Amino acid sequence: MEIALMIPCYIDVFYPQVGIATLELLERLGVDVVYPKEQTCCGQPMANSGCYDEARATEDHCARVFGSFEYVVIPSGSCTHHIRNKFTAAADSPEKDNLSRNTYDLVEFLHDVLKVREFPWATFEHRVAFHTSCSAIRGLNMTSMTERVHDPVFSKPKALLSGVRGVQFVDFDRVDECCGFGGTFSVTEEAVAAKMGYDKLASMQKASPDCIVSSDMSCLMHLQGCARRQRQDIPFLHVAQILNGVSL
Amino acid sequence: MSPVNQAKNAEAFLEDTVHEEHLDKLLWTLRMRRDAAARQVPEWEELRTLASEIKEHTLSNLSHYLIEFEAKAIANGITVHWARDAHEHNQIVYDLLVERQISTLVKSKSMLTEECELRPFLETRNIRVIETDLGERIQQLDDQPPAHIVGPAIHKTTRDVANLFAKNYGSDPKNDDPAYLAGVMRENTRPEILNAHVGMTGANFLVAETGGIVVATNEGNAELSAHTPPLHVVSAGIEKLVPNMESLAVFIRLLARSATGDAITQYTSTFRGPREGAAMHVILVDNGRSSRLGLERFWHSLKCIRCAACMNTCPVYRRSGGLSYGSTYMGPIGIIMMPTFDVRRYSELPFSSTLNGSCTNVCPVKIDIHEQIYGWREVMEEKGQIQTVKKQAMKVADKVLSNSALYQIATATVSTALDALPHFAIYNKLNAWGKHRDVPEAAAETFHEWYKNHRLKGNEVLEI
Repeated sequence: MEIALMIPCYIDVFYPQVGIATLELLERLGVDVVYPKEQTCCGQPMANSGCYDEARATEDHCARVFGSFEYVVIPSGSCTHHIRNKFTAAADSPEKDNLSRNTYDLVEFLHDVLKVREFPWATFEHRVAFHTSCSAIRGLNMTSMTERVHDPVFSKPKALLSGVRGVQFVDFDRVDECCGFGGTFSVTEEAVAAKMGYDKLASMQKASPDCIVSSDMSCLMHLQGCARRQRQDIPFLHVAQILNGVSL
Repeated sequence: MSPVNQAKNAEAFLEDTVHEEHLDKLLWTLRMRRDAAARQVPEWEELRTLASEIKEHTLSNLSHYLIEFEAKAIANGITVHWARDAHEHNQIVYDLLVERQISTLVKSKSMLTEECELRPFLETRNIRVIETDLGERIQQLDDQPPAHIVGPAIHKTTRDVANLFAKNYGSDPKNDDPAYLAGVMRENTRPEILNAHVGMTGANFLVAETGGIVVATNEGNAELSAHTPPLHVVSAGIEKLVPNMESLAVFIRLLARSATGDAITQYTSTFRGPREGAAMHVILVDNGRSSRLGLERFWHSLKCIRCAACMNTCPVYRRSGGLSYGSTYMGPIGIIMMPTFDVRRYSELPFSSTLNGSCTNVCPVKIDIHEQIYGWREVMEEKGQIQTVKKQAMKVADKVLSNSALYQIATATVSTALDALPHFAIYNKLNAWGKHRDVPEAAAETFHEWYKNHRLKGNEVLEI
């Protein structure tokens, strides 16, 4: 199976190890991974800010680069949500439609397409506080939602991590409350964003986790910024790193 | 008027940690109570769907139901007035008072009268207005608008109220027992109600089939305000209609559960006509509603039944306080309603959201609130309301991000990568990120460079 790997711009620059883990993990699972070298960004930062016209050229570029693949995999729920559900600035084209239809978050791709549940090469004997991004929860339905009280409880990323020896999840309050990142919100409304981040961290820390894990590095970039400011050196990891066998 | 700067107001609110924690905890408790109440109703999601469909049907046939309601109300002995806008509404109320030479009005809580700014309108014309809802009265005494549509003074602690009542009523400033404070309020407002000649209420629902007006309260003050004086005036937005009593039941089951987690409010009263020897007037108010109904993308906000569940669950509202929005309606529902009143003044509100979507999930009438917030951001761009600095930054970002060569140059670790990405993502305000959080460190090698160095064979070139 051939897939195209899309690496979000913030992972490219700040968290290349997450990109590497994603690539290696997919290769371990026998997937033929193509990394289109012309890739840049999905256009979300602009579209999310209301700057629809300013997102157009970037979305067009993204559709051109990725529009002909059968599967496009991104280690980010937020970029996936944008491409699947909000990709409206780009001009209509078969490439754009293909891309919106064929794009998967890494967790979805592993869980729903490859249907893999065991990661025998990985051991991670640690207490994990798992944070799911709002895009992944309410945009991609990767987990159940606390507001929907009658729905069965599930979490695709936790189902995957349960296939890693030793992983132990800790429970914390307000599990699916937003961490406050919110794209440009994290800057335009920085005081509230930071407060939400500190509250999220405090709630997790009460459960004494060894690390904080998510399938979205953008949330973690924000939470890590809060933690470092408080001189907390708790590790922040992307789910791909654990599934690929990282050790603390 | 310049746009409301919600972010700045929120920052000021956050500096007062006592009130911020108070509000966050209290509202989160309401959210938990809402979840528990919904859990008790197995058909909860079907009820939400039904409520949404009934509202969509009614709004799609609004003229029919309005005419039906008017005919029934008149037949019941109610005088029906139509107000095109806030001014007409206020003038009707004023005329009713003047005709009867009355200079004091007692009223129960009504967000519509807040929207119409009825109180200042009457006060400048020498009419005394006494709010009889505890929270609304607290806000009136403190000269603040409501901070929440269900609990107007929900941001205040009992200490705040004890001090406020001591100042206004001479009560004990050291006693902040809620029962004591409620007693102080009762002692002071009850005589006003008993002596009143006109009582005013809002309406939660108007029932077209019966001409009935339904008011839900917990304090019974609407009932007192309606039953005691010889004239009862009702202020109601035209979107409050439901077709019949059967459909009303769907909303009654959802309203209090969504708002406070109670199965029903203490009082749910239907007023069908004036009592013997008394008069009843209803003012049906448009004030922008029919033009909102014509907005293809945004008419769904008219389905709102004012339960405030979206505010209670909103992580931004809970940390900003309702007053930060500088508007009659606040929180997620306020963000999508206020721009229909004044697009310039409320142009920044759609950005006071992380688009997390929790509001949409709790909304009892299934308004897709966070999708509409996203939609309003686009409208603000179309209407030229986005700040030039943000717009410029986004133009630069688009230029760089739509061109792989420029992107490689901007992100290459040999250049100043630290500068590069935050520039795309968060434009010209890197220091805003850094105010409360550490800035992420750029890696020694981008993924792109790593791939080039480790994965490409000698004759392959990754450079553009």
